[in-house]
Amino acid sequence: MYTFRGGVHPFEGKDITEDKAVINVSPKGEMVFAVDQHIGAPATVCVNVGDVVKKGQIIAEPSGFISANILSSVSGKVKSIEDRFSIQGTKSTCIVIENDNLDTWDEKWGPDKAISDDAWKEYTRDKIIEIVKDAGIVGLGGAAFPTHIKLNPKNFEEIDTVLINGAECEPYLTSDYRDMIESKDSLICGCKILQKVFPNAVIKICIEDNKPSAIKSLAELTANEEKISIVTLKTKYPQGGERQLIYAVTKRKVNSKKLPSEVNVIVDNVGTVVAIYDAVVRRIPLLGRVITCSGDAFLKPGNYYVPCGMNYLTFINETCPFIATPKKIINGGTMMGTAVADLDVPFSKKSNALLAFIEDDEDIYETTPCINCKRCMDVCPINLMPMSMMKCALSLQYEEYNRLNGLECIECGCCTYVCPAKRPLTQNFKMMKKKTSEYLKAKEAGK
Amino acid sequence: MEKLNVSVSPHVRDNITTQNIMLDVLIAMIPMCAYGIWHFGIRVLLVILVSVLSAVISEAVFQKVLGRKILVSDFSAAVTGMIIALNVPVSIPIWMLVVGNVFAIVIVKGLYGGLGQNFMNPALAARCFMTISFTKAMTTWTLDAVATATPLEIARGMLKEQNAMMAVNKEYFDLAACFTGKIPGAIGEVSAIAILVGAIYLLAKKIITLRIPGVYILSFILFMIIFSPERNNFNYVVGHLLSGGLLFGAFFMATDYVTSPKAPAGQMIYAAFIGIMNGIFRLYGASAEGTSYSILLGNMITPLIDKYVITVSFGLDKKVFKDKKSE
Repeated sequence: MYTFRGGVHPFEGKDITEDKAVINVSPKGEMVFAVDQHIGAPATVCVNVGDVVKKGQIIAEPSGFISANILSSVSGKVKSIEDRFSIQGTKSTCIVIENDNLDTWDEKWGPDKAISDDAWKEYTRDKIIEIVKDAGIVGLGGAAFPTHIKLNPKNFEEIDTVLINGAECEPYLTSDYRDMIESKDSLICGCKILQKVFPNAVIKICIEDNKPSAIKSLAELTANEEKISIVTLKTKYPQGGERQLIYAVTKRKVNSKKLPSEVNVIVDNVGTVVAIYDAVVRRIPLLGRVITCSGDAFLKPGNYYVPCGMNYLTFINETCPFIATPKKIINGGTMMGTAVADLDVPFSKKSNALLAFIEDDEDIYETTPCINCKRCMDVCPINLMPMSMMKCALSLQYEEYNRLNGLECIECGCCTYVCPAKRPLTQNFKMMKKKTSEYLKAKEAGK
Repeated sequence: MEKLNVSVSPHVRDNITTQNIMLDVLIAMIPMCAYGIWHFGIRVLLVILVSVLSAVISEAVFQKVLGRKILVSDFSAAVTGMIIALNVPVSIPIWMLVVGNVFAIVIVKGLYGGLGQNFMNPALAARCFMTISFTKAMTTWTLDAVATATPLEIARGMLKEQNAMMAVNKEYFDLAACFTGKIPGAIGEVSAIAILVGAIYLLAKKIITLRIPGVYILSFILFMIIFSPERNNFNYVVGHLLSGGLLFGAFFMATDYVTSPKAPAGQMIYAAFIGIMNGIFRLYGASAEGTSYSILLGNMITPLIDKYVITVSFGLDKKVFKDKKSE
């Protein structure tokens, strides 16, 4: 069994939604598309107010090397271009589109342009990457890194392992699992497409052992595949973290200053691979994503395919209402997701799960003094010393924080989770990482 | 909609608390208390109650006087009081016990910043303070209400005689008595069995690991084998291990979270240091004991160890580049 050092076992809560088939949600209301639905430079708006846009049309173009296309998920008319808040609580330029409910596809895309499951084999590597770029695909694991950049490292011929991340270690999340069950053929075909992109690589689909049916059905499908295999991982958070996954499967180590491609590995999320298949074969670009709605505040927890641009409130009112007033709403999992202040914001490619709880652990526990119990150190997957880093954070000692390798922290939250004194460790490290980097940069510049 | 909680991730917490941990330590000491009562008589119960109560009350009063939040419900003061009770002879006068507890809580713990900030184990510091201040009362060991010497003192005397007589392989200790606890000594440290039962509970509950006690005991044995005049004598070496509170110190005091180093490598250095110091005290010290002093010395080098010994962060070790080439 593959695993890594450290980690925790938070309450899983996956049984709430794991058997709920993905429900397709059709776009409703005004659609809002932010220009920063990915990591990197925000896209540049390339439509004007009053323009008529089609479904799948590019409405904002990449503005830097690491950037991605923004596509409209509906056909309609550009109503306005203005600043709006995102689910993460940041403000950015948004393109507001009035849906005409006609679903007119852009000439490049559409189900009628779908090709056969074999036709893509004629495509060159560059053509596949071009399609991925056009389709605006970003990593759907949470970080939203533009996929066409990831698929095109300088040393693509040296890449010997492509890991398909189906660990889904965050509590409550089941969207990747549903993808592996419902879109298994697309997933396998997507893997074959990746083989074309990385000709010398083997593909490994990595799944935690709490998803036996996904492991079984995918193992049957790949039985005759020479270069595609299934890897069973021990169920432990944060197994789906990039560095932990790479280490567990290949025993290679990546640190904060290294990219996976430097150790000849590429990691892609299950959802991303399905999106690549959809774009290349079904000719449907990335217009939405599967989202797990779970937690005790929802009437009908489940997995939903939601189009990007749709308002969260519209979605909740029309499709997935609350049963009680939630105390906390989280975009993403309970360990690394961001707390939501306002739901009057649009879905984006960065959207993750939507969890709503009637009670919040933050309300229950009180912070007490550190007793140096070392539990945080024992669970740290990066083998850091959070109790010492916390002292630096409280007294803003940047040099010491850096000496303790605090910049290597992956913000997984394990230390805060186990702390018997309920100290906000990860929370402080997030701030401290930023400040220490700034400090070191300023020091470097001063020299 | 009502106001939502907005906080930074993670949003969930494990249900373990400082209180749970301290409670487990208290539970682990029950076998020693029970054995102490059975072995030394009902006065032990009084000693334990007075010790725990005076520790808790002095913490509450101290926090009240300083205008701080009263945190006695975390049971850390109760643990200190309990350890002090197990570290004194059964005949200890009650007022001395109270003075010892006030010293531990107010001087050693409170004045240095309270829970988590003290640089010495409060209970151990109190024991040493009491031994120095009330030497007679603290070193009068009784068995069946008769004052007698501890096995360590007897063995030391025998060793002195033996040099003159040139005898070999003597039975220095009654190992069976040391193991079960039919010997004079401090309330909690006489019975190796009771200590080990408590230690196993702590290990099973993952409150402590074997790292510190293991290295401590191993380094002590190694030191005795190398330097002791009776190095080949199994009875002598094991007798030293089982008596004089070494096991109690190794499992319950050297493992104190606050005063032991953080990094695993640092913990090993600390434990080895204590083991060697304990050996030195046992062989060359003025008193036959030495466990408390060696652990306190270990506490004192802990900040130094923590300064220089840190863990190796994932991916920053040298292996990281080798992997790529070897494939």
